[in-house]
Amino acid sequence: MKFSDEFEARFTEMLTHYPTRRSALVPTLLYAQDEVGSLSDEVIEELARRLDLTELEVRNVISYYSMLTTKPRGKYNVQVCTNIACMLRGGEELLDHCKKKLGVGHKGTTQDGLFSLEEVECIGACSWAPAVQVNYDFHENLTKEKMDQVLDEYKKKLNH
Amino acid sequence: MASLVSHPDEVRVISKRFGQGATNIDRYLELDGYKAVQKALAMQPDAIINEVKNSGLRGRGGAGFSTGMKWSFVPKQSAKPKYVLCNGDESEPGTCKDRLIFEHDPHTVIEGAMIAALAVGSHTAYIYIRGEYRYLSVIMQKAIKDAYAKGFLGKNIFGSGYDLDIYWHGGAGAYEVGEESALMESLEGKRGIPRIRPPFPAIVGLWGGPTVINNAETLAAVPHIILGGADWYAKLGTPKNGGTRLFCLSGNLNKPGVYELPMGYNLQKMIYEVGGGIPNGRSLKAVVPGGSSTPVLLPEEIDVPMDFDSLAKAGTMLGSGGVVVLDDTICIVKFALRTIKFYQHESCGWCIPCREGTDWLKKTLTRFHAGAGLKKDIDNIYYLAENMLGKTFCPLGDAAAMPTMAFVKKFRKEFEDHLEGKPCPFEKAGAAEPVMA
Amino acid sequence: MADVTLTVDDKKITAPAGTLLIEACKSVGIEIPSFCYYPGLSLQGACRMCVVKIEKMPKLQTACTTVVTEGMIVATDNDEVRQARKAMVEMLLGNHPLDCPVCDAGGECELQDMAFSYGASESKFIEAKNHKEEQQWSPVVYFDRPRCILCYRCVRVCGEGMDVWALGVQNRGVSSIIAPNEKDHLECEECGMCIDICPVGALTSGAYRYKTRPWEMNHVGTICTHCGDGCKTTLGVRRCDTGMEIVRGDNRDKSGINNDFLCIKGRYAFDFAHHKERLTQPLIRKNGKLTPATWEEAFELIGKRFREIRDEVRDHDGGSAIGVIGSNRTTNEENYLLSKFARVVLKTNNVDHHRTADFPALAAALHGKPGKTASMREVLNAPAILLLGNDPTNQHPLLAWQIRTNVRLRRAKLYVINSAPIKLRRQAAGFGMVPAGAEAKAVAFLAGDDSLLDSLLDSKASDSMTRDAWIGLRDKIRAEQNMVIAFGSELRGHDIEKLVSFASTLTGAKLICLGDYANSRGASEMGLYPDLLPGYEPIASADKFQKEWGNLPAEKGLSLPEMVEAAKAGKLKALYAVGSNPVGRLGIDPFVFSKSFVVVQDMFLTETATIADVVLPAANAYEKTGTYTNTCGDLQLVKKAGEVTNTKPDFEMMVRIADAMGSDVSGLVPFGSGTHSDMGQTRGAQSGEADSHAVWLEAHNLEPKMTPFDPMAILDEIQRVVAGYHVSRVNLLAGNDQHLEIAESGASAIQNPELIVPANDDLFSSGTLGRYSKTLNSVFENKSADAEVAAD
Repeated sequence: MKFSDEFEARFTEMLTHYPTRRSALVPTLLYAQDEVGSLSDEVIEELARRLDLTELEVRNVISYYSMLTTKPRGKYNVQVCTNIACMLRGGEELLDHCKKKLGVGHKGTTQDGLFSLEEVECIGACSWAPAVQVNYDFHENLTKEKMDQVLDEYKKKLNH
Repeated sequence: MASLVSHPDEVRVISKRFGQGATNIDRYLELDGYKAVQKALAMQPDAIINEVKNSGLRGRGGAGFSTGMKWSFVPKQSAKPKYVLCNGDESEPGTCKDRLIFEHDPHTVIEGAMIAALAVGSHTAYIYIRGEYRYLSVIMQKAIKDAYAKGFLGKNIFGSGYDLDIYWHGGAGAYEVGEESALMESLEGKRGIPRIRPPFPAIVGLWGGPTVINNAETLAAVPHIILGGADWYAKLGTPKNGGTRLFCLSGNLNKPGVYELPMGYNLQKMIYEVGGGIPNGRSLKAVVPGGSSTPVLLPEEIDVPMDFDSLAKAGTMLGSGGVVVLDDTICIVKFALRTIKFYQHESCGWCIPCREGTDWLKKTLTRFHAGAGLKKDIDNIYYLAENMLGKTFCPLGDAAAMPTMAFVKKFRKEFEDHLEGKPCPFEKAGAAEPVMA
Repeated sequence: MADVTLTVDDKKITAPAGTLLIEACKSVGIEIPSFCYYPGLSLQGACRMCVVKIEKMPKLQTACTTVVTEGMIVATDNDEVRQARKAMVEMLLGNHPLDCPVCDAGGECELQDMAFSYGASESKFIEAKNHKEEQQWSPVVYFDRPRCILCYRCVRVCGEGMDVWALGVQNRGVSSIIAPNEKDHLECEECGMCIDICPVGALTSGAYRYKTRPWEMNHVGTICTHCGDGCKTTLGVRRCDTGMEIVRGDNRDKSGINNDFLCIKGRYAFDFAHHKERLTQPLIRKNGKLTPATWEEAFELIGKRFREIRDEVRDHDGGSAIGVIGSNRTTNEENYLLSKFARVVLKTNNVDHHRTADFPALAAALHGKPGKTASMREVLNAPAILLLGNDPTNQHPLLAWQIRTNVRLRRAKLYVINSAPIKLRRQAAGFGMVPAGAEAKAVAFLAGDDSLLDSLLDSKASDSMTRDAWIGLRDKIRAEQNMVIAFGSELRGHDIEKLVSFASTLTGAKLICLGDYANSRGASEMGLYPDLLPGYEPIASADKFQKEWGNLPAEKGLSLPEMVEAAKAGKLKALYAVGSNPVGRLGIDPFVFSKSFVVVQDMFLTETATIADVVLPAANAYEKTGTYTNTCGDLQLVKKAGEVTNTKPDFEMMVRIADAMGSDVSGLVPFGSGTHSDMGQTRGAQSGEADSHAVWLEAHNLEPKMTPFDPMAILDEIQRVVAGYHVSRVNLLAGNDQHLEIAESGASAIQNPELIVPANDDLFSSGTLGRYSKTLNSVFENKSADAEVAAD
C-alpha cells in the first residue's frame, strides 16, 4: 500500500522515538486516515504488518479513539462542539443550523461527498465559544451567519 | 489563532510571552528562553526538586498534587529508562489553556520538560498533544526540531555532557487519555484504558520505566520558577498554592477568555471584573469553577479565593481552571444532561459503575429533561451518581458523579419543576435565543 | 515469603506477603465476589464487585488488586460494601437482558448468583435496554452481545491462557464490545475456554445451547477419550430414547490435572456417541454381507470359530494362527484382560496395538533409575522444561497449556528443539530448529557429542541457529535443575536410552514420553505387545505371569506388520481387533485378511469392520468404567456417563467370548468370594496354594467383585501384579490422579522403532472418533472453507 513520501518519512522517524514499534500506532493511524480518507481494511492490514500487530489489535485501538474512523467521511468534516461552554453560547443551535444547511444529521455526509457533519465533545475552544472544527481548522466565536461564511469558503476552496 | 485578552489584574508569568512571537526559537531566546534549563544544568537534581517543591507549584491538570513531591517519588537508580511525559491532552470541558501555551510559547513546555528530566535523571521526554490540536502539533514539532538544531536537545545538551531527547506524540480523540495512566497506554499504542495503581507511574510507568507525568501548564511554570526562584513564585499565590494559573473564563460572560491570575484570586471578582460580568442584564445562576467535573457553585458561594484548598473547603475543586458561568436563562437539568452526555461519550467502558452509570444517567436525564420525568428519577439520578463516586476504576467516574450530585442537591427545585409532563420550564418560557457573542 | 497478619471481618488471618487480599480471604473461607478477577489471569479491577473497606483508606478498595499488608484491617461485608456491590449489580442488570428462563447459563450464572446475594431485585430504570444482535463466531462459539458484562475473562483466557489472542475489546464506554479477530467470526483453536469462563450466558456453545437446563443433567467426572494428556472432563448427561446422551463437557469444578482447561476435543467431541452410523446391533457376515444378528448368535459363532482355529491349528503352529489387535482407547482393565485373554484363552502371543510412542524403551532406559518420570502436574511447576520434538499445541493441548501457564505465572524456562517452528517456541527461552529427523542428533549434541553440531545446522531454515547459538543453548539447558524433559515419537529405542543417560547428568531432571491416544500408555503398560506382558515384563522371563495366569505360549508372537505378512501367507486364520482400526489407520490392504476369520469390536463400521466376519457394537470410554494411564503415567478413573442401548463394553464382550469358547471365566477374571471352600484355589496356577488374590484383597480391605463383567475385578489384579500400579484405591475412586512409577523392565523391552506410527492428529482430528464427531467436522470444514476463500 502506498502512502505519501511525507507520511513515510514521518513514520520512519517516529519508529526511532520509541522502544516498541506499536507506540507509533495512534498518531500514525490519524495521519494515515488523513491521507486515505478512512482507515480501510487495506490500511489496517498494512499498519498491522508494519507495527507487528494483529489486525484485531489495530481495530481495537481504532474503535477506541473518536477521531478515527473506518468509514469514509466527506472532504470537510464539520465538527460542531455542543459541550457546556459552547452550549451556553449557542452551540446546539449552531449544530441545528448546520444540519439544515447541509441537509445531513450527526455523522452524515452530503451527497456530493463534500461535507460531513459531526457533533463533537469539547475541542478546547471554550473561551471562544461557540466553536467548530472543520477538519483540523478552528472557527470560533461563531454565529449562524459566520458559519454560513465558513462553509461557503470551503466550497470555494474546492473550486480553486 | 485563538484570540488573546488582557486584564490589569493579570500577573503574567506563563503567558508573558504570549503574542510575542516566541514560537521562533531566536525570539524565545531573546525573551530569556532556555536560560532556566542552563541554570538547572548547574544544579543538583535534588536542588531542582526542592526549588519546585518550595515554589508551591501544584499540578495544573486538575488533581493539584505537589509537582516537586511527584518528582521526588522517582527512584534515583533505575534499571529501566526513566521518562518525562508532558500531558497536553487537554480535554476537560471548560479548559482551553494548554492550547494557548502550545500556540504561543511551545519552547517553555520543552524547557520545562527538560528541567523535569534533569531533576529525575531522565534522558527521554514525550510531549503528548491531543489529536484535535493538529496545528499545535505542527508548531511543537518545529519547536523541537529547532531546539535540536541549536544543540539544546540530543547528545550533550548545552555542552553539559547530558543527553536528552524530546519527542512529540499525538492522540486521536479521547478525553480519558488525559488520565495519566491511560495517557501512557495511549503513548504505547494501545486503547486508553487506565492502569491499576499501585504501582504508580513514578515507579512503573512508560514501558515499565519510572515516569513523571505533568500537565503542560505545570511544565510551562517550571522554567519561571527556576529563573525567578521558589520564593518569588510561591508568593504570587496563596499559602501552599504557589504562583499563578491560567483561568479559562467561558459561558455567559461579557469578556470570556484565558486570563493569568494569581492563585487565590477571588471568584466573584473574576466573574464580574475580569470576565466583565453577565451580559444582557441577566443575572448569575451558577458557576462551574474548574472544568466540567467540578461541583457547581451557587451565586452565594462565589466569594471564594480560587485556590485548591479554598475550593475544596467550599465543597468543589479548582480542577483544570475552567470557569464556566451560567446565567439565569439556563436550564440546569439540560446543563446536567449535557455534562453527563460528555462523560457517557468519553467513558472508556472498562469498569461497570462508570460505563453503566454514565449511560443510565444520560438515559434518565434525557427523558427527564424531555418532560417524561418521574419523581423517583430525581432520587435515582442522585443514587446512581452516589454509587459511582469513589467506586470507579479511575477518576472519570468521580468526574461524572460529583457535578451530577451537586446539580441535584443544589437545584432540586428546578428538577421538580420538570415533573409531571411539564416541558422544560426554560424552553416553555421561550427563553431568548442564547447569546451569540 | 514471610507471612503477614491482618484482620478481616474481626478475624485475625495470616497470609504470605504478596498475597492478594481476595486470595487471602478465600483461604480462610471468606468469599469475596468478583466477575473480572480470575486466578491465573491478569488483574483487571474492572468489575468493582470485590470492593472492601480497608481502614485508613478513604475509598473502598478492590480486594483483587490489593496486596495484604501487616496490620491491615478489612471489612468485607459491611453496609457500605454491600451497598456498593448491590449498586454494581443494579447497573449491570439495567442493560443485561433478563432472558434467564431461556439462557444457557440460567442456574449456573454468576450474575444471577450475585443479584440473589445482594438483593438487587428492584429495577430503577425504565429506559429500554441497549440491544445488539447475537452473532455466531464459529460453528461452536456464539456471542449474545447484550448479555456480556465485560469482565474480559474471555479475552484474557484466549490471549494469556491459550496464546491465541483471538478476542479483543472494541469501541468504548457503554458501546464497548468483545470482538473476534476476523471482524464477524473467529479464527482460533476453538478450545471453547472463552465460553467456559464466561460468568454469564454471553458466550454459548453451538454444541450445547438451548439443549437443556443445567439442573436437568447429571454430571459425571471422567477422563477425556481423545489425546494422551488425561484431562478430567465433567460430562453433563441426560436420559434420551437410546440411553444416556452426553450434552456437555467441561471442567468447571477444576478437578483433575487440567484445572478448568479443555481443548476442542475434550469439550465438544463426545457427539460421536450418538452419530447415526453408530452400530447398535451385532453384525455377522452371511452370504458375503454383514447382516444384523443377535448377541447370542454372534458370541456363539465367535466362540466356535476361535476355538476351532486355536485347537485345529495348534498342533501344527502353536496358536500363532490368531492375531489380536488392542486399542489405545480402551481402559487398562480391558487392555489387561485382552492381553490375558489372548495368552490364556487364545493361546497366542500375537498381540499388538497401534504404537505411537516408545514407552517400553523409556521403561528399559530407566532401569535402576527410579523417580525419573514427571507427572502432568509437575509440568505446571517445573522451573524448566525441555521439549524435544512433538507439537503439543496440536497433539497435547493440556501439556501445552501447562507449559504456557508455567512460563507465564512462574517464569519457567522453556527450551524447544524441533524440526518445525511450532507455536510453543513463542514461550521458549531457547528454540533450536533442527533438520527433520535430527532430534536424536540434537540429544547426542546436548550430551556432549560436538561432532554432530554440523548436522543440526539447517541451511534451509530461516531461523537456523549458528554454532555458537547451539552451544549457548546447550549451556543453558545443562545448567537447569529439576527440568522436565518431554519428548515425542521422534525419539525411539536407543535414542531414548541416550536421552535418559543425558538426563541423568542433570540435577533432578524427569522425563515424559509423549504418546498420542487417551490410553496409549495404558495399552503399552498392559502388555499389548507380542513380546511384553503387563508391566513391560518380557515373555522370555515371564515367571510371574506363568504363575498368575497359567501356561503361556513361550515364544514371542507376531507384531502387527508380521501378522499382516502372516495373513498374506495364509497363516493367520483369525484376527480379533478390539477398538482398533488397523486397516484404516495404518493403511493395510484389507484384502490380506480375506481368508482370515475377522472379529471387530467397534462403535462404527470402520475400514477394518467392513471386512470383518463378525462386528460387535462396542461402548466407548464415556460409556464404561475403568482406568486410564495418561502419557505421563498418571492413573485416573474413567467413569460411565453416557449410554447407548444395545452396545457392550469391550470388557464384557471379551468375557462372553471366552465363555462361548468354553473357557473357565473365573480363571480370566478374579470374581466371586475368595473365601469359599477351596479358598479360590481353583483359580491359582498351583492347585492347593491359597488364593493369593483373595489374600491381597483382604489385606487391602477390598471386597471380591461379584460378576465377571466387573472391570474392577481386573483392576484388583492389575494393582496386585502390574509393577507401578499399586497406588491408593481410595484416591483413585475419589477421582484423583496418581503418578505411577514406570516399571523398570531392562533392555530386553527394547522394541523395533519402526513399529511406531505417530497418529499425527491435530486439534481438529482424532482418529475414528474424530471422523464421527459432527462438531469437530463442522469446525474443520469451516476452517477449510476459510482457507479456500483466503487462497482465492
